[in-house]
Amino acid sequence: MTMQPRTLFEKIWDAHLVKPPTSETPAVLYVDLHLVHEVTSPQAFTWLRDRGLQVRRPERTVATMDHSTPTTPRGKDGKIPILDKQAAAQIGQLETNCKDFGVELHALGSERQGIVHVIGPEMGLTQPGTTIVCGDSHTSTHGAFGALAFGIGTSEVSHVLATQCLLQNRAKTLAITVEGKVRPWVTAKDIILAIVARLGIGGGTGQVIEYRGSAIRGLTMEERMTVCNMSIEAGARAGMIAPDDTTFQYLNGRERAPKGNAWDAAVSKWRTLPTDDGATFDNEMKFDGPSLEPMITYGTNPGMGMPITGVVPTPTNATLEKALKYMALEAGKPLLGKAIDVVFIGSCTNSRMSDLRAAASVFKGRKVAAGVRALVVPGSQQIKKEAEAEGLDKVFLAAGAEWREAGCSMCIAMNGDQLQPGQYAVSTSNRNFEGRQGAGGRTFLASPYTAAAAAVTGKVTDARTLVGG
Amino acid sequence: MEPIRTFASKTIVLPIDNVDTDQIIPARFLKVTSKVGIGKHLFADWRYDAAGTPKADFVLNKPEAQGAQVLVAGDNFGCGSSREHAPWALVDHGFRAIISTTIADIFRNNALKNGLLPIVVDAATHKKLLAAPGAQVSVSLQDQMLTLPDGGAIPFTIDPFARYCLLNGMDELDFLLSHDEAIKQFEAKM
Repeated sequence: MTMQPRTLFEKIWDAHLVKPPTSETPAVLYVDLHLVHEVTSPQAFTWLRDRGLQVRRPERTVATMDHSTPTTPRGKDGKIPILDKQAAAQIGQLETNCKDFGVELHALGSERQGIVHVIGPEMGLTQPGTTIVCGDSHTSTHGAFGALAFGIGTSEVSHVLATQCLLQNRAKTLAITVEGKVRPWVTAKDIILAIVARLGIGGGTGQVIEYRGSAIRGLTMEERMTVCNMSIEAGARAGMIAPDDTTFQYLNGRERAPKGNAWDAAVSKWRTLPTDDGATFDNEMKFDGPSLEPMITYGTNPGMGMPITGVVPTPTNATLEKALKYMALEAGKPLLGKAIDVVFIGSCTNSRMSDLRAAASVFKGRKVAAGVRALVVPGSQQIKKEAEAEGLDKVFLAAGAEWREAGCSMCIAMNGDQLQPGQYAVSTSNRNFEGRQGAGGRTFLASPYTAAAAAVTGKVTDARTLVGG
Repeated sequence: MEPIRTFASKTIVLPIDNVDTDQIIPARFLKVTSKVGIGKHLFADWRYDAAGTPKADFVLNKPEAQGAQVLVAGDNFGCGSSREHAPWALVDHGFRAIISTTIADIFRNNALKNGLLPIVVDAATHKKLLAAPGAQVSVSLQDQMLTLPDGGAIPFTIDPFARYCLLNGMDELDFLLSHDEAIKQFEAKM
């Protein structure tokens, strides 16, 4: 008997069914790795305590601090000062919870601390064929390794802590194929912004996306993470890319990846994961790689994006009208040349070495424009260290940008880094919702090249015209 | 959790598409370790000015909105961040149902765990409800039926297991814990 051809998603789903779904109950799905951070976990630990429950698999649970943690430079004592009392209490609560329940914690400022979706891959915890959850919608990032990874709420965090399982209904599948070679200066961020712009912010709802095609195959792991990271910005449950030699090369030798014979066995198993020929998806979409352009958003959700050389569209509905009013932008006008106040380079979307190198290539030999504030925030302490070893910090500082400790920083504006009302920012983060980067702040989402080009010119700039395309 | 069966309420209408969870509760209010009193931050940036004074023109602040338990919102309600603080804030404020044409996946999951019904209706019904703020509607979870002021009965679907839990005041975690043996067997084969 031959097996029915299956997609990558279906293979992982099937392999993690503790109990298949019935007409009355959802599936009981096993979780291989549970990532935890300070903001969406405190209530879950409280409920465990209230019910006298333990963490079922502490060794499958890894915690860090990133959202409410400051990224301001260390004091003379080598510690990162936490000035916000409420944040300090929340961070302290995570320390207590991890100690009480025996959970591995990478505390603020420690050598493995960083944005939860940056440190998982970096340590080699994120592996092909696994199920990964976290109380954070950008958990989709880990799908870059051919894992089924998705965000959950705090109730579900308590479910996974207590049982290592989740109740899940099976999602539909959406294949997004990007064929051909993308042009120079068109980054992974531009690819995903173009995809989200076409799908729309709700277009992926109820679906798991598999990104396919030669343009995707050609991406590095860091770039694949950028693509998968923003799957949720189209409403998708998860985004994933089949594991291949690029994946294995990235993982080989990482501290938590399998070693020796176990490595060889793992790779053989991982090679069976890609979608079988003849497997079908519920929905399919195709993109032409060579025709993609550097992208920028103009509105108040990540689906409101356009090529950077485009003009702000004329509102055809109340939602877009409201968005343009909030952004104080005029329809029919280009964004190029629009004066900006702040540049933020960081977040789980674009805070890895390749992002910092791209930004540094623009900053090098240039100065941040007068009146502009530029923040460069590495995704993890390891990245900070590596960037400093390469001298990237000196490039940023010489240009007049701020070089920070690791964390979510101005992507979420709950840690002291935020826009002032009315300010415009070009950000490499993932969300341009109203007030996302600070109440009243206005965000243009773009790639590290575009963000750095805006920092040194003080306005929305096509990096190709600045550095030469 | 108290079982939910049927309730009646007037509606309030927020005719905006893609209301994301950052609007429902901005991130700066997530530095909490409990969920007590979180409703006061619901829609904070739309509801209050910079000084914290309620904005008279925002729907939640209007006298006729007081006591409404059903929020009719634009398409794709609850998109964005996975924060369960969003349904916590809506429930703490007094809401028991959200009506829209699409409700984002993570928000819907979170809402169902907090007794907040995510009700998806067809475009025509949605249009009718958007045009009639303050309409008196009745919601039956038992029958999965929304009754409009004109007597129109609109069926809706709630995930069968979530519905069972809500109708019986049962906790999904208890159900998961009851699978301990199956989980052990699964782990033994890993």
